[in-house]
Amino acid sequence: MAVAIALDNVTAGYHGIPVLHDITLSIEPGERVAIIGRSGAGKSTLLNTIYRRYPEHAALIPQASALVANLSVFHNVFMGCLDRHSTLYNLRTLVWPAAAEIASVARVLESVGLEEKLFAKAGELSGGQQQRTSVARAMLNGRPIVLGDEPVSALDRVQGGGVLRVLCQRHETKIFAMHDIRLALEHSDRIILLEGGRIILDEPSRHLSYQRLLPHFEGELQ
Amino acid sequence: MRKARFLPGLTYGSATQIFLLAAIVALPFADLSISAVHPGAEFRRLLAGILSPSFSAIELWSVVWTVAFAVLGVVAGGTAGLVLALFFDRSRLVRLTAASLRSVHELFWALFLMQITGLSPATGILAIALPYAGIFAKVFAEIIEEADRSAENVLPHRTAAVARFAFARLPVVAQQLKTYTLYRLECAMRSTLVLGFVGLPTIGFHLESYFKEAHYAEATALLLCFYVLIGTRRLWARPWTVPLLAIASLFVLPEATGNGSTWSNMARFFGHDIVPVPLRSGSLWHGETWTAFGSWVWRITVQQIGPGTVETLILAQIALLAAGALALLLYPIVSRRFLGQVGHYLGRALLVVVRSTPEYMLAYLLLQLMGPSMLPAIIALSLHNGAIVGYLLGRRADQLDLRVDAPKGANLYFYQTTPTLYGQFLAYMLYRWELILRESAIFGILGIKTLGYYVDAAVSELRIDTATLLLVGVAALSMSVDALSRHLRRRLRIEALPIRLSADHQANSARSNGAYAGAAHAQQPVA
Repeated sequence: MAVAIALDNVTAGYHGIPVLHDITLSIEPGERVAIIGRSGAGKSTLLNTIYRRYPEHAALIPQASALVANLSVFHNVFMGCLDRHSTLYNLRTLVWPAAAEIASVARVLESVGLEEKLFAKAGELSGGQQQRTSVARAMLNGRPIVLGDEPVSALDRVQGGGVLRVLCQRHETKIFAMHDIRLALEHSDRIILLEGGRIILDEPSRHLSYQRLLPHFEGELQ
Repeated sequence: MRKARFLPGLTYGSATQIFLLAAIVALPFADLSISAVHPGAEFRRLLAGILSPSFSAIELWSVVWTVAFAVLGVVAGGTAGLVLALFFDRSRLVRLTAASLRSVHELFWALFLMQITGLSPATGILAIALPYAGIFAKVFAEIIEEADRSAENVLPHRTAAVARFAFARLPVVAQQLKTYTLYRLECAMRSTLVLGFVGLPTIGFHLESYFKEAHYAEATALLLCFYVLIGTRRLWARPWTVPLLAIASLFVLPEATGNGSTWSNMARFFGHDIVPVPLRSGSLWHGETWTAFGSWVWRITVQQIGPGTVETLILAQIALLAAGALALLLYPIVSRRFLGQVGHYLGRALLVVVRSTPEYMLAYLLLQLMGPSMLPAIIALSLHNGAIVGYLLGRRADQLDLRVDAPKGANLYFYQTTPTLYGQFLAYMLYRWELILRESAIFGILGIKTLGYYVDAAVSELRIDTATLLLVGVAALSMSVDALSRHLRRRLRIEALPIRLSADHQANSARSNGAYAGAAHAQQPVA
């Protein structure tokens, strides 16, 4: 089901302090968007705002991997599709997962290169592995819009690129918050630059270059 | 914010002064005499008994039954508490039920349950399970409430509540729930020991007769056995042994020595005994019945609840202050910074032994030695609570980040640790206030004229209706003190500090196996 995202003059914030000001934005189904900006510019708030407006259609990859440390990688990934099964089936899977379920989770994990960690405890993984588990959970969730908040920040550029590619195959509309300009240019068709909670640039990626965007990141490592 | 300006400022200093004043005002009304004829000689006999424990006198079955009652009580109370905890923040009725269950002490529950189930295992287990269910409900609800919710927030929209809980909540808090439940087992062991003093066949039953007959060598042996059980709790009480212990406990329970069938007792209890006397005979449609009921309530309130409450408060306020002073005095002995590596282990062992000694038993023993007055109760309460708070403060003192050139000894105590820990100290003491009050009420069973004295008298004269009204008074008093303590902690801005002994264990285990949890918190979005 194709859903367009439309924000009209949205102001949002935490604890009553506005972080986003007058955001007007529309994203068509099938677009691949990178939201960039310094830390504190409002990238996460923008993603969370979109998620809250389209919870039925979006899968979120939060910045903190948000895993349940005491459960296995399998169970953490399976959580992405809890809404598709009956509660009874979900409880059964907690104790004794069906072979078919294991296979489908293993397939997703394979695409992010984590299949050998299927039954490892999530709390015992490295930061990069936890991040890939969180990505796999969103992929199994499978909703048409994926909202990734720095989804590959703990991976190197090659591995991160690979994970972004499989994510893009899985979901129709892709919106990623990133601070790595090169990765953003490489894996998006459209770039939205946030500064101080406002959109100050919104252009197709092919019209942009690393050199042109760099001044907006002055003082931050690239 | 604006409101605070019109209220007189409450500071650590003024709060301390208020409690100091309350204790000073209470002091002249407290009977602190030593009426025993030869207390010195009796103490020497006690000391001689302690130094030569007679291990052949250990009643093995009483030890087994103490453990069995405690395990089954905790399992039943924990299960009920977990179910209540799930509805805790949604239902006022659940919160009220939990508050009522825990505001009545185990011993009061036992006195009442004996009317229905007699001197049976059911009485022992339920007397633990009922109040513990109330405590578990509250603590479990707090643990679940404070859990890290980041995983839950990412769950697909419209995930059913049960799956939500099973996948993203329960696994997050499971470790904490287990740790707390096992800690509670230790408390339940103390509680079951004390139940022996009112007739159940636990360790306390034999201790009572040994103390009464001044057989201190035998009592010491039995108590040492109890300390070993408590001290080795972490070895035998583990998440996987508890179910096995519970099943084994079911098979070793003693036979009931009560009389009559439980059902007919229950019918008599609820149909007759608990109904206030004026309502038993009179018609509920007549005004006179209710006038008689009103004067019945008034009489008991004025003659028993009133004086009992005053006496309970006198004991509690003096004991609270003494416990606080003792805690401040004692905390350096469990701290590495003051006593060094070896010394602080000895100090810790001492305080753990003191706090493992049930205060009721201590009060009973001291009453035998010193004669009836409020003094033994004050000593027992202040030793037990002072040891707990002193232990916790000492641990906190070791966790403080001090500068390299920090002062030492008395300068460190007065300039660094005590001022730094004072808010934490007040948080602990305000929390213990309600526990001390509950225990002060119970000490009435020993003959001090606090509320428990009147409850015990009413139960033994089979005036269950009067006893019930008195218990309502006890519950109301303990809930008011709890509410006041909460209010003061908020006013002093110390409501977020840890208050429970178990929280200390939890903090330690969280540090050792929760590296991931910490990392997850650090990465919370800051945008």
